[in-house]
Amino acid sequence: MLQYLLKRLAEMIPTLIGITLISFTIIHLAPGKPTDILTDFNPKITPEARERLEKYYGLDKPLIVQYGLWLKRIVKLDFGESFSTDRRPVLDKIWDRKQPLVDRRLFVTFMINVISMVVILLISIPIGITSATHRNSLYDKVMTTTVFVGFAMPSFWFALLLMLLFGISLGWLPISGLKSMNYSSLSAPGQALDRISHLVLPVFIASFGSLAGNSRYMRSSMLEVIRQDYITVARAKGLPEKVVVYRHALRNALLPLITLVGLSIPGLIGGSVILESIFGIPGMGQLLFMSVMTRDYPMIMCILTIGAVLTLVGNLLADIGYMIVDPRIRTHS
Amino acid sequence: MKKILIACVLLCVTVAACKGESGSRGKVLSGGANGGPAYGDTLVEGTIGEPSILIPMLAGDSASHSVAGMIFNGLVKYDTDLSVIGDLAESWDISKDGLVITFHLRKGVKWTDGVEFTSDDVMFGFNTIRDEKTPTAYKEDFLQVKKAEAPDRYTFKVTYDKPFAPALTSWGNLIILPKHLLAGKDITKTDFGRNPVGLGPYKLRKWTPGQDLVLDSNRDYFEGRPYIDRYVYRIIPDAATMFLELQAGGVDMMGLTPVQYTKQTDTEFFRRNFQKFRYPVFSYTHMAFNLKHPLFKDKRVRQAIAYAIDKSEIVDVVLFGLGSPATGPYVPNTWPYNPNVKKYPFDPEKAKQLLKEAGWADTDGDGILDKDGRPFRFTILTNMGNSLRMNTATIIQWRLAKIGIKVDIKALEWSTFVNEFIDKRRFEAVILGWSIGLDPDQYDIWHSSKTKEKEFNFVGYSNPEVDRLLEEGRRTFDIEKRKKAYFRIQEILAEDLPYIFLYVPDATPIVSARFKGIKPSPIGISYNLPKWYVPESLQKNRMEE
Amino acid sequence: MDRHSLISITWRRFLKNRLAVAGGVVVAALVLVAVLAPFISPYNPNDIDRRHILERPGISHLLGTDDLGRDVLSRMIWGARISLAVGFVAVGIATCIGILFGAFAGYYGGWTDRIITRFIDIMLTIPTFFLILTVIAFIGSSIWNIMIVIGLTSWMGVARLVRAEFLSLKERDFVTAARALGAGSLRIIFRHIMINSMAPVLVSAVLGIAGAVLLESSLSFLGIGVQPPTPTWGNILTLGKDNLEIAWWLSVFPGLAILITVLAYNLLGEGVRDSIDPRLWDSERR
Repeated sequence: MLQYLLKRLAEMIPTLIGITLISFTIIHLAPGKPTDILTDFNPKITPEARERLEKYYGLDKPLIVQYGLWLKRIVKLDFGESFSTDRRPVLDKIWDRKQPLVDRRLFVTFMINVISMVVILLISIPIGITSATHRNSLYDKVMTTTVFVGFAMPSFWFALLLMLLFGISLGWLPISGLKSMNYSSLSAPGQALDRISHLVLPVFIASFGSLAGNSRYMRSSMLEVIRQDYITVARAKGLPEKVVVYRHALRNALLPLITLVGLSIPGLIGGSVILESIFGIPGMGQLLFMSVMTRDYPMIMCILTIGAVLTLVGNLLADIGYMIVDPRIRTHS
Repeated sequence: MKKILIACVLLCVTVAACKGESGSRGKVLSGGANGGPAYGDTLVEGTIGEPSILIPMLAGDSASHSVAGMIFNGLVKYDTDLSVIGDLAESWDISKDGLVITFHLRKGVKWTDGVEFTSDDVMFGFNTIRDEKTPTAYKEDFLQVKKAEAPDRYTFKVTYDKPFAPALTSWGNLIILPKHLLAGKDITKTDFGRNPVGLGPYKLRKWTPGQDLVLDSNRDYFEGRPYIDRYVYRIIPDAATMFLELQAGGVDMMGLTPVQYTKQTDTEFFRRNFQKFRYPVFSYTHMAFNLKHPLFKDKRVRQAIAYAIDKSEIVDVVLFGLGSPATGPYVPNTWPYNPNVKKYPFDPEKAKQLLKEAGWADTDGDGILDKDGRPFRFTILTNMGNSLRMNTATIIQWRLAKIGIKVDIKALEWSTFVNEFIDKRRFEAVILGWSIGLDPDQYDIWHSSKTKEKEFNFVGYSNPEVDRLLEEGRRTFDIEKRKKAYFRIQEILAEDLPYIFLYVPDATPIVSARFKGIKPSPIGISYNLPKWYVPESLQKNRMEE
Repeated sequence: MDRHSLISITWRRFLKNRLAVAGGVVVAALVLVAVLAPFISPYNPNDIDRRHILERPGISHLLGTDDLGRDVLSRMIWGARISLAVGFVAVGIATCIGILFGAFAGYYGGWTDRIITRFIDIMLTIPTFFLILTVIAFIGSSIWNIMIVIGLTSWMGVARLVRAEFLSLKERDFVTAARALGAGSLRIIFRHIMINSMAPVLVSAVLGIAGAVLLESSLSFLGIGVQPPTPTWGNILTLGKDNLEIAWWLSVFPGLAILITVLAYNLLGEGVRDSIDPRLWDSERR
């Protein structure tokens, strides 16, 4: 098992290099050199400073060498300084040690995605199973339509409708941001509750859109398993349907879903751009959007890299989950 | 700071003026609202953009200026009747020839870290902005100074070698910085831009990137402790979300868009809970041509485009009538404004005729004019996130299509737009706004010597007579002479049309009804923010200590 | 079973799935609307009218007008063109790339397969929306750029499908027979195997179109969608968002249009999948 994990970890490295290489190439093929922008913020930048910058980014060298240089710095976790007026180190902006953990951008995005993932699984698995066991029933059709409506609603529009309903008409939930204005005057449980109430709508929107993929996948995987011989045997032995479904079929039907979970992580992270913009949540998605608009190259590269690492880690976790559920792999390695 | 290209329709109140018409004010119905001034409560202002740096001379965005204006003061400032009054300077003497100004500073004013403010700080700020290593767009006025002296702790004296009409008002710029904290440091590299120490009515308590900037009142503020204990500048990137927050009480004050002002807030709920204001701002929106571009070298072409655009349509549609058509680079009802310049009434036939004279005709029958085999097609650039400008561009695009000119529209993020396209002169036409100072000097914008990269005459306008008049206007203190010069400049600009002056918009802020003491004036509403208050019975957010 | 009866069985099975048929009808209707846009649109979609700003739906403007007084119905009709075009072109590009990579990987196996699979894995790990955003912001947001970028970042699913099909099909008798008859690799790939692996690709393409329609609206929301005056459902909806409480028609109609379209594509795709998947046949009407 340990061996398998190590092998998977080792495999992550070339993948990561591939991802960053692709991102790096795209950004650097875009018109204009990064230093153009930095020097433009400073009309009187000295020639020495410009030279230093060009050297730092190695812009006189071929692309692949530039990438090598960049990679060398990244290994030391040196992502460089942001090109924006504040010129803070890029890592500082994503993981600001001066802010409490819950306010750091990376943590905010990470937390929302993890919670959404859990919610998605908790809802989509039961929906998938029951849809499969009641295939083509009215229930199945209603569920199919509901999850697809979730997928088909443009998320920003749906978010606004919910804000209008729960934030204004009913006044039950806060509209945007991470915490209330009076946050610091609340008691500890009050603060926790305040944060949770701010997360309800964003998490709902993030999860609702992804229910369709997961629950449909669960459904078809379940359908496939149910047709297998051993299930037929189990039924023939007179086991109650519930036991057949939940004890015997479920475990095997879950396997493909785990892979899907790993695959849907990039979508969730990507979706955070929209989600964070509409809900005014200061996370990585919002930061990426701002950086892309201002062509803040070090910032963009850093966020793309971290996004990829998060996805890879997610995939690894999915693999571990796979192992736990599937004894074949466990014994195999 | 004057003469900034304005990015968004935020509250441009620092440079705002008014024709004396105060906006409709909401009635306050809630009981117990008649309490007097009291300390306490929090004012939350919503903003789309996050400030970049809180050192005014380094900041180029209106969000930064808005917050920095709460933290720093100038030597002088405008009063509500547009006269100049003292701010950090108690008084000043001007020599007979107008070349020497001696400021007598307030005594006992303290930076919020407890150190006393002196003439050294003024001198330090002055030297910093003049330093060629300081990346600032506002140094021009200070380069006019021949000599600056600080004879004692409370006196600051500047000498000009030529009369400089905007001299006094230029000292209203927020250039004063605490020497004891910054001397010997590179201000672009210090932490000061994120942790400023000022002497204004508010001081920065906490800046949570992406969320908000929390400012506490400066209890030792030299004009008295502000009533409102806390001022929060809350960042909400989406305009629709911000408007919902306003209704939910998460925001107390924001700038409304014209449609929000006229339609969305026209309900009983808003009349009861909010007060709306409306006043013309000291700014105008224009379409500028790149005069170096072959398409726009011919004056007749520019005039034709002016005839093809219906300004009143733009004001009606885009601004919902909340503004007025512009005729030149000054706003109506101010002394330099010349109402009798050449106007371009909407007349597409005349436009077509002028284009024909200039050699443009649709020879290949594709509906687009062409000349020497080249179709008349150009791109209007504007900044992203400003729906007013986007709509203006769309209307112009539609109007020009009707006379056979094909227009593409491209919206760019603000800093990319300015740095990559305006500064490098890589554009055909742009829609932009100028926020203008109260002094009519516009040397930087129109003088032919100001066309170098990053300078403000980005269209490349050059007219010897205008050059001469600009010089004349800034070198005399005689208001009649100045008026004559600026009137003539407006006539020439209306004929030459380096810009098509489109409209002067109104500022339309909205503030929660619990805030009292707001007195709309020609310079806007937030000039007396320290005097705003919430009667005790209405206070909403109690501050924990 | 010859091909003809296979198709007719599939078709009959498809017709039994009422949701899928409904989806198909909606898609067909949309194509019709898009094709006929110049004839059925009551107004020029770009005509600005200062006298009819934000007018409610009524006799003269069936779906109301927007903030520049333009007819929403006409803009919706023309917007259908853009939405369809974005979907079809983007998915077309993605499908072509996917088929190429998938076919080569599956057919040749070995190193080719390993390299391509790794490349697919890498692409699947990148949050593609980040990538799309970056590229669009850098190269500008014309309709074509948007289509191409969406296409270039969404081919991986197809590639995997095709690869899997190839892996199983290349060992089948008809391929062996073709090879024995001296057919070249390319000929085998494109003439023999490809046709047999088209079904799942078709399904994935239909679902991909739905995704592209949604992506367009997301880009519009962020302000980097198709530039004016071109109407798209995404930019009408974005306009509606800013006037949510006073002009419901600006968000309800485009919102519903997107919703129904995406739903239709999905139901259609699912229906096609169910009806061509023989493994599901025996469990019919259990």
